[in-house]
Order: sequence, then C-alpha cells, then structure tokens
Amino acid sequence: MRRDEAGAAGQPLHLTVPRTEGRARAINRGLARFRDLGLVVAIAAVAITTAVRSPQFATAANLQRIMLDISLLLLVATGQTMVVLTRNIDLSVGSVLGLSGIVVGFMLKSHPDMAVPAILGLGAGLGLLAGAINGALVSWGRVPAVIATLGTLTVYRGLVFIFSGGQQVNPQDVPRQLLQVARPGQLGLPPMVLMALLVATAGWVVLRYTRTGRAMYAIGSNPDAARMRGLQAGRIVFLTYLISGALSGFAGVLYAARFATVNPASAGTGFELQVIAATVIGGTSILGGRGGIPGTFLGALLLGTIANALAVSGVSGFWQRAIEGAVILAAVAVDAVIRRQAARGVAGRA
Amino acid sequence: MLKERMRELVQHNAYELLLVILLAGSMAFSASLSPYFLTVTTLFDMTSQFMEIGLMSLAMTLVIILGQIDLSVASILALVGVVLGLLNEGGVALGFAIPAVLALATLLGLVNGWLAVTFRLPALVVTLGTMALYRGIGQILLGDRSTYGFPGWFVSIDFRYIPGTPVPLPLVIFATFAVLFYVLLHRTTFGRLVYAVGSNAEACRFSGIAVDRLQVLVFGLSGLMAGIAGLMMTSRFASARWDMANGLELDVITTVVLGGTSIFGGRGTIVGTVLALFVMGTLRYGMGLANVLPQNQSVVIGLLLIVAIFVPEAWRAWRARSRRRAQKGGEARAEVARDSAG
Repeated sequence: MRRDEAGAAGQPLHLTVPRTEGRARAINRGLARFRDLGLVVAIAAVAITTAVRSPQFATAANLQRIMLDISLLLLVATGQTMVVLTRNIDLSVGSVLGLSGIVVGFMLKSHPDMAVPAILGLGAGLGLLAGAINGALVSWGRVPAVIATLGTLTVYRGLVFIFSGGQQVNPQDVPRQLLQVARPGQLGLPPMVLMALLVATAGWVVLRYTRTGRAMYAIGSNPDAARMRGLQAGRIVFLTYLISGALSGFAGVLYAARFATVNPASAGTGFELQVIAATVIGGTSILGGRGGIPGTFLGALLLGTIANALAVSGVSGFWQRAIEGAVILAAVAVDAVIRRQAARGVAGRA
Repeated sequence: MLKERMRELVQHNAYELLLVILLAGSMAFSASLSPYFLTVTTLFDMTSQFMEIGLMSLAMTLVIILGQIDLSVASILALVGVVLGLLNEGGVALGFAIPAVLALATLLGLVNGWLAVTFRLPALVVTLGTMALYRGIGQILLGDRSTYGFPGWFVSIDFRYIPGTPVPLPLVIFATFAVLFYVLLHRTTFGRLVYAVGSNAEACRFSGIAVDRLQVLVFGLSGLMAGIAGLMMTSRFASARWDMANGLELDVITTVVLGGTSIFGGRGTIVGTVLALFVMGTLRYGMGLANVLPQNQSVVIGLLLIVAIFVPEAWRAWRARSRRRAQKGGEARAEVARDSAG
C-alpha cells in the first residue's frame, strides 16, 4: 500500500516506465526525505541567524511561545492535510474556529465552572457539525470543494456575528481552568502544545498505517481508480471534512484559552490561508495524493519560527505577510523543479 | 413555430433566466424595504458600490472558464492604490503615475500566470502565495497609515455623472468593459480558445494551441482589471491603505460562479457574470437599506452561492435520472407492443 505515497501518486503514469518503477519509487521516497530535510535546514537557518543576532530568541520562554503559536496551526493543518490529500480543500476552517470560540466563550459567561474536557468537547462537537455540512455538500451535494467551503466560510463567519451580536468574549469571561491549558504544565510544556502534538501524531498514524488513511491517498491520487477498487470515496471525503471541522472547533476553544479574548471579526479570520500555507509548504500537493503530516508539522514550524524571528529581531511586523507569501511560492516552486528533474532522471535511465 | 423558438430560448438560457428572476426578486425585496429604493437616482447611485467587483469579475470569468482561479486580485487592487498614493506623495503627476500602476498591475498578473505555467503549479497555490506577497509588499511600502492628498480631478469618481443624466461614471466604465469582454469572449478566436483550453487543455496542446501563452495572457488581463478597479476604489475613497478591499476576491469569485461559470472550466458567459453582479449588488444594497449588518449580509450571499451551485447540479442529476427511467420505460412498452403484435 506504500506506493500511494511514493510511486504512482501525483506522478503522471506515463512518466514511470514499468521496468524502472522500483527505482522511481526509491527516488521519490528519497526526494520526500530530501524535501523534509530542506525544511529542517530552512528552519535551522532562520533560528540560528536570529539566535546569533538577538539573545532573547533562544530562551526557553520564547521557544515555548513558538510552540504555543504553532499548536493552533498544527491542529487545524492536520485536518486540512487529510482534506487536501483527497484532492479537496477546506476554506472554512478559520470561520469554524471563530464560531466555536465565540459560542464556547458565551457559554462560559453563563456557566463559568464547566470542566475543561466538556468545553473542549463542546467546541469539537460544534466543529464536527460544521464539518458535516461541508462534507455533505462536497460528497453528496456535488458542490466543488472550493465553492462549498468558500460559501460556508462566509456563512459560518456570519453566524459568528449573529450569535455574538458583535460582542466579543473578554478576558474576565474566560475561567481560570481553561486558561491553564495554555500555561506550562507537565514537562514544562503547556497542555495545549501536548494536545496538538498528540493529534498530529494520531493523524500521522491514521494516514500511514490505517486502511482509511491509505484510502485518502488513493482517492487523491486517482479518484476514478479508487472508485473502481471499490473505495467509498464519498464517505472517506466526508470523514476528512468531519475531522477538519472537529479539529478547527477544538482549536477555537484553545484560541480562547491562549488569547483570553475572542473577537467576532478577528478570531480565525484569514487563518485558512496560514493553514493551507503550512500544508502546502510541508509538501502536500494541492492536487492530492502526495504529502503527509510530518511535512505539515515542519511547514507550521517554519511559519511559526519566521513570524517569531521577525518579532524578536525587531523587524517591522509589516514584513511578515510578504515573507509568508514568498515562502509559499518558493516552497511550491522548488518542489515542482525537483519533481520534474526526478521525472526526467527516471525517464532518462529507462 | 414561435412556441418552439421560445422553448429553445428558455432551454438554452435557463440559467440566465433564473438569474433575471433572482434579480427581479431581489429588487422587489429591496423595494419592499424602503420607499427610497425604486427611484432612478438610487438605482443608479447604488451601482457605484460594486463596480470594482464587477471589473474584476469580468476578467475572472475568463480565468475560471480556463479552469484556473486568481485569488490575488484584491491584493493587486490594494497594491495599485498604495503605489499610486506613494507616487502622488512623491510629486509624480498622476498622468504618469496612472499608466505606471496599470502596467504594474498587468505585470503582477503576468507573474501569476508565468509562475503557474513555468512550474506547472495549480493557480490556486500560486495566487494564494502572491495574494499574501502582493498585499504584503503594499504593507511594507506604506506601513500602517493611509495615503491621501490626491488632486481634485482624480477623487470621487462615484459623484461624477454623464452630464445631464443620473448615470455615474463608474457604471459607464464598467459597461464599456463589459461590452469589450463580451466581444472578446464570445466573438473572437481568443475567446473560443479560452473555452477550448478550459474544456480540454491537453487536446488543445496537441492541436498546436499555445496553451501556456494564453493562460499567461488571461492572468495578465486579470491583473490589469484589478489595477483599474484599484484606481476606481482609490478615487472613491480619496485615499489608499494596504488593507483596502481585504477579502474582496471572495466576492469576485462568488459573482462569477453565481453567474453560471463552471469552476471546472469550459463553461460560462459574460452575461451571466453581469447579471449575477447586479443580483448580488441589489441584494446587498437592499439589506443595507433594511439595516442588516454587512457581516449578516454575507450569510445570505454565502447561502446564495451554495444554492446556486447545488440546485442546478441536483436538477441536472435528477433530470438525467428521470430521462434514463423514461427511456427504460419506453423500451419496456415497445417490447410489450412487439409481443402483443407477435
């Protein structure tokens, strides 16, 4: 089943001559590793240059801040990676995050002593519902993913405003037990960071070792073939939207825990772009079938490190957006060039 | 004969007719909300609110028929406003600055197309990157302030009318471009090629059509229209900021898709886009009259988008199924007739 990830996926079939398929697979797998290594080098380069120039970068407190910053991104990007692997996209994640943050925040105003698992469950449940609507539209409504989730992006954001009446959730509304989630606990890491790492690991295991996970790759690399093999493409795509929605809802609660403020206009607005950026920088192909969680983790880490490095080294925050855009372009362009070279190399040796 | 013709007309333009009905509905809705809606001046003045979206939608129609998407248009719009403002502050006459920023906008669009073609990348990813990059450059250039101080002749384009009529200038500009794009898409070889490439790029490539060049050109066109929209918005607000028109690309895409252009490419019309633009504009304006908050208006627009895609698709599927059933029924009847005859 591995070959979904390495050989046949993404690569147009006519490029891989049967006799060399094994070699192509090996080259491809090598490339994936090379790519992840490249990201690690990029992250290290950013980290080292910043650490040399400003001493406050390499402190425990700052590293913790980076981890806190990327944990929201990592959570939502884990779901997004699954959606994108099936050759779909979920643009509504930022709105789902905002919706869950606002609804949960307002619940906490009236029920300040809710237990943390219950709060998190509520957020995830809301997200699950939102994801179910997305999934139903895409899987059974035959609405193209871009359109369906572009629509729900605006609808869910509108619901945030309707529900909140334009009021924001203020720090005094967020109870202490929830704030603790974003404060250092065991191992010196905030529970929120551990949750994100745990979810990402679970996502990695699902994608790599389970039948459902492999089916996600198969559907993304060749939907027709997957259907002929008897895979229930609709059901699996629906599932990826459920996961993406639930994780976004979950992240909405953590957003409230991290920032203690949920503003209906700004909570999660534009977050979908960062999430997709992390996914794409991590090497998951927007055309589906290729990529995975380790890359997404590195993509999120690179984005988080750059943002933090800019802040720490006193570069104006105005540079962040342009640099993020350039990083996205550089990552996908380098990816494309390497793949083409590899394809040419394989064809040449055949 | 006439009946036949009518039926043909309806069948071939079913979606456009649906949009006309929607437009009438949204106008009736707006009129019921405010007695001030159905006046000539209101109807004309309201259009100035969405002519930038309209200008960008025209080019976006071509982009989407090609099977591509351009998420960077609102960012190009903002960057054009920022650069124009800075040139103006630097004492460059607008007579030079305006052609310069339009050239810049076209260049930014061409860069989108070039990146997509050269690296064989989906336009969704490329323009996602340039959306952040272009707006980010505007942010670096201008920082967190506004630029204003434009000369009097340049600002408030929405308060200029064709002399002696209530027709505002932005509407005239949009109408001119709408006609140009109609001709370009529906009456020229270039337009036919856009459809052909959108339906089957591979076949076109094998037929010797310069698919890549066409794609780069269409993205350049999209950049140019975003630039013109940028001039218009800067004139309307008499100022520019890096975050102007934030998220407007969604409105543009919604307009095009609501207008019946298939997101998979190969299908769509300028007439549909123009109708959808007015449906959305009227609806938003009417809701504004009814004191519906802009954020809540978005819910209606979002729902409209989903319904606009979902309903025709479901209808097509239902028709196909019932036709198949009818066919089967027909065969069975024929068999029964044969049996009884034998």
